[in-house]
Amino acid sequence: MKNAFGEPQSLLIVGGASDIAMATAMRLVRRRVRRVILAGRPSPARDAAAVRLAEAGATVETADFDAFRVEEHAKVLGDVFAEGDVDVALVACGLLGDADLDPLKAADVAMVNYVGAMTAAIVCAGAMRRQTHGALVVFSSVSAGRPSPSDFLYASAKSGLDAFARGLTEALRGSGVHVMVVRPGFVRSRLTRGVTPPAIATSPETVAGAILDGLRAKSEIVWVPGILGQLTRLPVSIVRRITG
Amino acid sequence: MANKTILTGWGRTSPSVAELLRPGAEAELTPLVLAPGERGVIARGLGRSYGDPAQNAGGLVLDMTGLAAIGPVRDGYVTVEAGVSLHRLMRELVPEGWFPPVTPATRQVTVGGAVAADIHGRNHHADGSFGSHVTALDLLGADGVTRTLTPADPDFWVTVGGMGLTGVITKATIRLTPIETSRMIVNTWKCHDLESVMIRLTQADLAHRYTTAWVDCLSRQGRGVVEGADHARQGAARSFRARGFEASPGFLPVGLLNRHTMGLVNRGVYATTKRESVQVRPLASFFHPLDRVGHWNRLYGPRGLVQYQFVVPMGAEQTLVKIVERIRRSHAASFQTSLKRFGPGSGGWLSFPTPGWSLALDFPTTTKGLAWLLDRLDELVAEAGGRVYLAKDSRLRPELLPVMYPGLAAFRERRRELDPRLVFQSDLARRLSL
Repeated sequence: MKNAFGEPQSLLIVGGASDIAMATAMRLVRRRVRRVILAGRPSPARDAAAVRLAEAGATVETADFDAFRVEEHAKVLGDVFAEGDVDVALVACGLLGDADLDPLKAADVAMVNYVGAMTAAIVCAGAMRRQTHGALVVFSSVSAGRPSPSDFLYASAKSGLDAFARGLTEALRGSGVHVMVVRPGFVRSRLTRGVTPPAIATSPETVAGAILDGLRAKSEIVWVPGILGQLTRLPVSIVRRITG
Repeated sequence: MANKTILTGWGRTSPSVAELLRPGAEAELTPLVLAPGERGVIARGLGRSYGDPAQNAGGLVLDMTGLAAIGPVRDGYVTVEAGVSLHRLMRELVPEGWFPPVTPATRQVTVGGAVAADIHGRNHHADGSFGSHVTALDLLGADGVTRTLTPADPDFWVTVGGMGLTGVITKATIRLTPIETSRMIVNTWKCHDLESVMIRLTQADLAHRYTTAWVDCLSRQGRGVVEGADHARQGAARSFRARGFEASPGFLPVGLLNRHTMGLVNRGVYATTKRESVQVRPLASFFHPLDRVGHWNRLYGPRGLVQYQFVVPMGAEQTLVKIVERIRRSHAASFQTSLKRFGPGSGGWLSFPTPGWSLALDFPTTTKGLAWLLDRLDELVAEAGGRVYLAKDSRLRPELLPVMYPGLAAFRERRRELDPRLVFQSDLARRLSL
């Protein structure tokens, strides 16, 4: 349960421990979050994340979640909620595509960023609706609305997830559940290592800060940096030069 | 859900949605407890706990005020249903010469809530907490069976102070205090600093049954006013007239209660208090300052207020002084600050009062840096062997609870034996893993 200051005490991260998810988790653990559930594929990265969070003072549990195995999502995530209320869930499944149009790789991108993320969000939303509280944070991207030749596979999947999450926001209005869509611009992280950053790039720390602010303010859409929300009004050709 | 209702505690923080039902008879409770749904059930009285003990997000909440029968007084004992308020008890029994054994600063609490929170009053140093005056209580358990518990039964002491998590308290037999009049003889002393407040309060405890002190946390010295009182033995007839509850005006601007306005009010209170005086006052005027303005909690605006009450053992006076100093330096303004010395505890496993100094404060939730400040105060309190009050808490770090309440491990274990499916659930229980 959140406390009187609106500070969450339990956190579920779906999709493993991306840099953004970890930065967010570390900040939340420094405040009140005590129970963290890392739902992702078993990997050294997941183990390392668990160790870091435990060192920061959290009780860490892991759940074997695979974005591709949508048929298991209800069970895997349902078990997490059965163990205790989840105050915040970050749906952070992400996979960058590359520019060559391989149909199978394209399907993977759609599966992880859209289908898997959506089914996970549906399970979390249902559980939160029953507990009548909780915040569901869905990671979209600024590129969802601005596909570019280098990332339009990824952008198309995020675009679908973004539309889903905005619809979910409306569907859950009044249920006590807060849905928040996060649209970061280019983030310098492990995922984008080797890619030349555009004029406006941000860091996992900045995104995490914006997520915490959004949770406090119960924002429904969070752009990071905030200026991106304004830039989308400009012509595509200009925006692409700035945001990549 | 049928009657989806947004519930909060008196502090109006952390609202949550639950199905609220108001049973009119004990028989209606059993089926609700036996099939409460997956999110469980909790009993609620008049909602005067400041935090979240009478909330149950997504589950069922039982408004107990429909069970409000008062039995006849026999040899100073009365058996009442759990939904009876202390207000009604006083209205009915004061004219007959009886007074509740313990009353907090508001009459608007139910007997069930008084047992579940093991409340205390201004006579704690002399008479102990509410649970010490209960000779029997009926508890509807998770199995749908109502048991009558007496102080000889360990489960009685799991339930006293147990925040409603052992079952639904349906009835209680209470030992009443005989009174000859409905007046109080109140001695008042003005003290120029915290040390003299503490000395005067200690002296007053030796001479008077009811004592309390108001501390001006915004003043540099921690000055205050100490009151010591006893029931008047002769003179006025017995009557209980409490003024109606005027609602606080709804149009007060948010932020009216701030450091500057409170500083002015405090200065006014201190300046207009005589150095030493004796007055005869009606019961309600002495006991229930919080009932003078109805819904005073709304004065704090939509974000509400955070109450903070702790007790530190006798001998930890330095911690108390340090905490008052920290609050003053933080510029956090507490509107109603009261200091009390507790006597021995009742024996409730999660009961709050233990011998020592107890300070109660309330702050607007929007006070800058408040979350951080209270976390630091918790550490000082825990370090000194003290604890915070669950009926007032809304933000404690869960890991500090076992440090503050050595009985917690045993409570958790017994709760799970009594209620293996954890039918009795509350937001408080979830937040603090009780």
